[in-house]
Amino acid sequence: MIKNISNLGDAALYCDFGQDINREINSYVIKYFNKLQQLKIDCINNITPSYNKLIISFDLKKIKYNDLKNLIEKIQIDKDETLNKKILEIPICCEEPYSLDFYRLEEKLKLSKEQILKNFFNKKYFCYMTGFIAGMPFLGDLDENMRVQRLETPRVKVPKGSIGITEQFANIYTFESPGGWNIIGNTPMKVFDNSKEDKPNLINPGDTVIFTEISKKEYSNYE
Amino acid sequence: MSSNYFKVIRSGINSTFQDKGRSNLYHLGIPFSGAMDNRNYLLANKLAENDLNNPVIEFAYQGPLLKYIGDKIRFTITGDVSFKIKSKTSEIDGNCYETYEINNEDEIDILSTNKSVYGYLSLSGKFDVDYQWGSCSTNTKSNIGANNGKKFQNGQIINISKINKNFNKKRINYINTKIEKIRVIKGTNFNYFSEIAINNFFKKEFKISKLSDRMGTRLEGPKLENINSTNIKSEGLIKGVIQVPGDGNPIIMLSDHGTIGGYPKIGVVISADYDRLVQLPSGSKIKFQQIDLSDAETLFKMYEMETQNLLNQI
Repeated sequence: MIKNISNLGDAALYCDFGQDINREINSYVIKYFNKLQQLKIDCINNITPSYNKLIISFDLKKIKYNDLKNLIEKIQIDKDETLNKKILEIPICCEEPYSLDFYRLEEKLKLSKEQILKNFFNKKYFCYMTGFIAGMPFLGDLDENMRVQRLETPRVKVPKGSIGITEQFANIYTFESPGGWNIIGNTPMKVFDNSKEDKPNLINPGDTVIFTEISKKEYSNYE
Repeated sequence: MSSNYFKVIRSGINSTFQDKGRSNLYHLGIPFSGAMDNRNYLLANKLAENDLNNPVIEFAYQGPLLKYIGDKIRFTITGDVSFKIKSKTSEIDGNCYETYEINNEDEIDILSTNKSVYGYLSLSGKFDVDYQWGSCSTNTKSNIGANNGKKFQNGQIINISKINKNFNKKRINYINTKIEKIRVIKGTNFNYFSEIAINNFFKKEFKISKLSDRMGTRLEGPKLENINSTNIKSEGLIKGVIQVPGDGNPIIMLSDHGTIGGYPKIGVVISADYDRLVQLPSGSKIKFQQIDLSDAETLFKMYEMETQNLLNQI
């Protein structure tokens, strides 16, 4: 539940659900997000759910912070509401030249490539949020022994389709972009499609992702 | 190809189609985009007697050189911009906030913005542009919006789908003022920074870096020391947020910003100062001043009234 609402500048509400990152807290964030989307409050410009925060930006020409805060505080959510739970399979190739940071991962995690792959593929990942760049999913959680910091110097260009890991999360670079996550492989699958205006993102908060390993040959034959 | 069009002889540095932007998409990772300087964007459309959400050409620093092919049309340019209108028989220096008529084979040569960044060109008519999520605004990072999500290229054609025939010559007197003190509200991670860092943030000068673009303004100045953690759990961002990464150099989020970020937020620029902030060219020196929420709200109301007064004069 929302623990505290404060202002982020003069045109946004910062709704804090706590410090921890877990599915329970994140489910509440998503439920509030869903509820606010249903209500279609005219003065709201954007609602951004993340692990444990919800940021609501509004049109300062139409409403002020305190009035919108009062309105949001009155909103009740159905705690028992179940979230949409799609299960999606994402194929990844972890061979050269797609696995850009395998040497680094072996060194930092003190695990062999085989062990890293076994740990990585043998899991279901929960989508906590999407964003940063269009359609990028933030997926968790990686096992304790798979957690590693961001690159000391971020790449200027991470190739499109790259799967990165850092700390307890994995993500997918939907576009070529700057970024500092450790790149384990690459997917040929289209994760963001801007020709589909109603549903451009393949993976949405609340969904479950299963990664499957494919060879370089399967990657190049992928349609 | 329609019968009325521009040929882009020189594309300029970053020329794109923009309108008021797209909302309710942050949760998908799609930013607001839209014209950077909202006031000058609105003035451009009002001067051209357009709907206020009509697509315009936004350019940065050096603008495009456009050759016009078609029936008589009128245009205006807003901002602080040097431009020429060239025909077979004459060449004149144009004034911003005034409408001009051009004919077949005339050229508009937008030389540069003066001590500012963005300028706007609006037509008495409509560019033939594609819309995505209700907006034509081009986001070149995600290839969303008009012109296949790309900035203008040399040699390309810009089609015009409609020309307004009934038109009165228009002009206003307006001079863009330069801002030196950017007013900010304390950010949600204010306490991540040392006393010295806070003191430096509000007392020392910062320089706008060359690496600034439609995504963000990067600043150079005293490095802001973080005493807590240089990362936060990633969370939503909005326009105007000032993030401070581990290197201690602040970055202000602008219209094409990433929707999620993991660096501590030291402050947020107030809405009333946004249009003038984006117009600060690289190399400009600025200072920050802390104000509270109710003052920020009053300042925005005043800024809005000023914009409305200008629009009503047209």
